[in-house]
Formats: sequence, C-alpha cells, structure tokens
Amino acid sequence: MSKPQAEKIEIELTVNGQPVAVSVSPVERLLDTLRYTMNLTGTKEGCGEGECGACTVVLDGLPVNSCLVPTIQARGRRVETIESIDPSRLSELLDSGATQCGACTPGVVMSACWVLDHPDLCDSHSLRELMAGNLCRCTGYDGIIDGLAAALDASNQRPGAGA
Amino acid sequence: MKLLTPGTVPEATAMLRDSGGRAKPIAGATDVFVHWPVRVPADDEIFIDLSGLAELRPHRWTDDELILGALTTYWDVITDPRAAEEFAILVQAARTVGSIQIQTRGTWAGNIANASPAADGVPALMARDAVVELTSAEGVEQVPLDAFYLGYKRFVMKPDQLITAIRLPRRPHHFESFIKVGTRRAQAITKVGVAIAHSDAGWRIVANSMAPTVRRCRALEEALDDQAPLRSPNDFTPLLTRDLAPIDDIRSTAAYRLGVLARVLYHELAPVCGSVGPSGAAS
Repeated sequence: MSKPQAEKIEIELTVNGQPVAVSVSPVERLLDTLRYTMNLTGTKEGCGEGECGACTVVLDGLPVNSCLVPTIQARGRRVETIESIDPSRLSELLDSGATQCGACTPGVVMSACWVLDHPDLCDSHSLRELMAGNLCRCTGYDGIIDGLAAALDASNQRPGAGA
Repeated sequence: MKLLTPGTVPEATAMLRDSGGRAKPIAGATDVFVHWPVRVPADDEIFIDLSGLAELRPHRWTDDELILGALTTYWDVITDPRAAEEFAILVQAARTVGSIQIQTRGTWAGNIANASPAADGVPALMARDAVVELTSAEGVEQVPLDAFYLGYKRFVMKPDQLITAIRLPRRPHHFESFIKVGTRRAQAITKVGVAIAHSDAGWRIVANSMAPTVRRCRALEEALDDQAPLRSPNDFTPLLTRDLAPIDDIRSTAAYRLGVLARVLYHELAPVCGSVGPSGAAS
C-alpha cells in the first residue's frame, strides 16, 4: 500500500478496556492499527476519507472516523470498537431491518450505541442528524432510525433509566 | 517523513522555526489525512502533532471574550450551552460541518489554516469579528480574521507561526444566521454559504465558496448599515459582485452561486431588516 515509512513510534493506549502497547508508523491510521496490528477486523474501511462512517470507533467517549485518526494521536487515550458492543444491545436494530449487506453496520452500531449512551443528545439533535455520518446504500435509513428510536424507548423503560 | 510530538507551545514553535517553515502542524487531522493513502507524504515531509499540547484544547470565557484554543473542536462549541446562547452562529455553522464524527475531531483553527474557500467555520468566526492569535518563537501577534487571507490558500500567517487561539468579542447581537447550500445537508462541501450577523458594530455578511477565500461582502454591509433600500434579490447582485468572484467548478456554477446567494440573503434579511423587502424603506 504505502512505501516504507520512517522509524516506528511506541505508544500505549486502551482498546476496549484493555491497555495495549503498539509500535506504529508516524502516519498510520487508527483504522489500520486496529485491523492489522490488533486483529480487530470488525471495524471496516469504506471510503477512507471520513465520509461514510463505516470505520466509526469511539475515542475518549466521542465517535470518530478511524480512517482520519493518526494512531499516534490515540496515545494515552481510550478506544472502543465494535468488538466491545454487547450483542444484546442490537435487538431493536435487527428487528427493524437496520442492516442488509452489512458494510456500514459496524459504524452504524457504534454511532447508535453512542447515542444510546447519551440520550440527552436527542434534546438538541434529531436522530437523523446524529446518524448522518453513517452512509448506508441498502436500508434507505428508515430501518436504522426506527431501530435506534425503538432502542432509545426500550432503554428509557428499563428500571433505573433516567427520564 | 518525520513526525514531531511537542509537549508545549514553545517546543512546537521552536520545531516550526528549526524546520525552516517546512513543518506542517496537525490538529484533528481531518484535512491532512483525507488524502491518505492516495497521497502518501513525501519522505522529506515533516509533521508536528499538536495533540499533546493539552493547554490548547479548552475554550474559555472572559468578561469580554470567548477564546477558542487551537485544538478546540466544533463539538466542544456545539456542546457548550453558553455558546448556543451567545454565539449561536458558531454552533449553527459547526453543525453543518461534515458529520458528528468530523465535528468531534475537526478544529476551528484547522479550518482557518486549511484555508479552503469552502470552509464553513471561518465565515461564522469572521462574522463575529474573530481575531487570530499567531505565536512563533519570536513572539505573539494578533491578526483580525478578516485580514488573514491574501488569496487562494494564501494568508498572512508565516510558516514559523502557529495559531494558538481565536478571540471572539462577546457582544450582544440583534440577529445572526448561517446558511449553507450543499448537495445534501450532511457530509457536503458548500456550494454557497453565508454568515449574517448584526450588532451595534454594524452588519457583517461573510460568504464562503464565493471567492478564492472566505470573504466579507463589504459593499452589501455598507448598504445595510446605510439602510439603502434593497427591494428584490436582484438588488443584491451588483453589491455582492463588488466583493465576490464565484467560479464554475465541479460543485456548482458562478451564476448559480450568485443567484442563490442573492436570494438567500434577501429571504434571510427581509423579515429582520426594514430596508429590505418589496416596499423597502425609501431613503
């Protein structure tokens, strides 16, 4: 892919709750470190230019396109990938037809779970705006939005859930 | 290709100086990395990663100013309720940038330094009379944002200078609005954009994607300040062309851009500006 880069840099970060040390090239993308160094291949590459959201991961609590994050900028930080998601959180998305070919799904799930973890975002943002960074060519989006809305409703009704 | 990771601003500015101005600072990397891996950096390129400069991240409020740090992201401003109250135009503009995944990484200072004519953050900052703080190993300089750009991708910032803050005067506004016209609402580059602000300091009309740089429409600002009657969108066109020079490109045409901007401005201003409208106040 790329020609050999300059000397590698040793960094430490926390991925899915586990501290890890990796040796990365200075311009390595977090996406590639996750997939090819750490074998966390659930995160997918789509466009590679920050448009499609397929590579979405959560960095220090905020969703980012891992194709646009230099891995070295993740030093000392927390990264959550699709591998950290409890499958039980996906039932509403599955029921509503939020996935078809699956290329966008890991990113969609990461964004959707981030919204589920921060339901107060719905006070200022519509679900469509919150999910606008995840392109999907199959579902027409209604399945994704309906599934997320249902999951938000369900989590509201769980005992101990806030307002 | 070399990557430097300073821990303080003086270290970073020393690195910029020592590189002979060749080093390129990286903040959120959303512009720098977008070309990767198609455009692998040349072997002799030097990057300075600013992400270790924690002091540049937070924005802060003083009695007179909102001060954005060089690493303050769009999301930092979007999620500050005080910004929504006092600088609604910044929040409005920030929410049109890419998507949330971009807003959490992209920085206001990066938007200025990337110098795209289509930058969405810059018009909002310029409409609020932002001043850019430039720091080098030699010292600190304050440059008004509306005097920052010299031409397409050219600016007064010298290669050894780093944007370290963006200062915005806190001033009550009677009206402000940011309008972006793109192919779709999210993840689109602006075809026509405009930031409109009105305070006791006068009108500010700042357009993006309408000239080689983001630019104030000073002739129109003056006409509004003088309450010159503007009875239809067509009355805006000759004023706009005194400051703007839109082009035909892959996203749009010059004629479409000018036509849309005139109509957007007319429709935004007619309800709030007595001199704009079919029976605009005679002068």
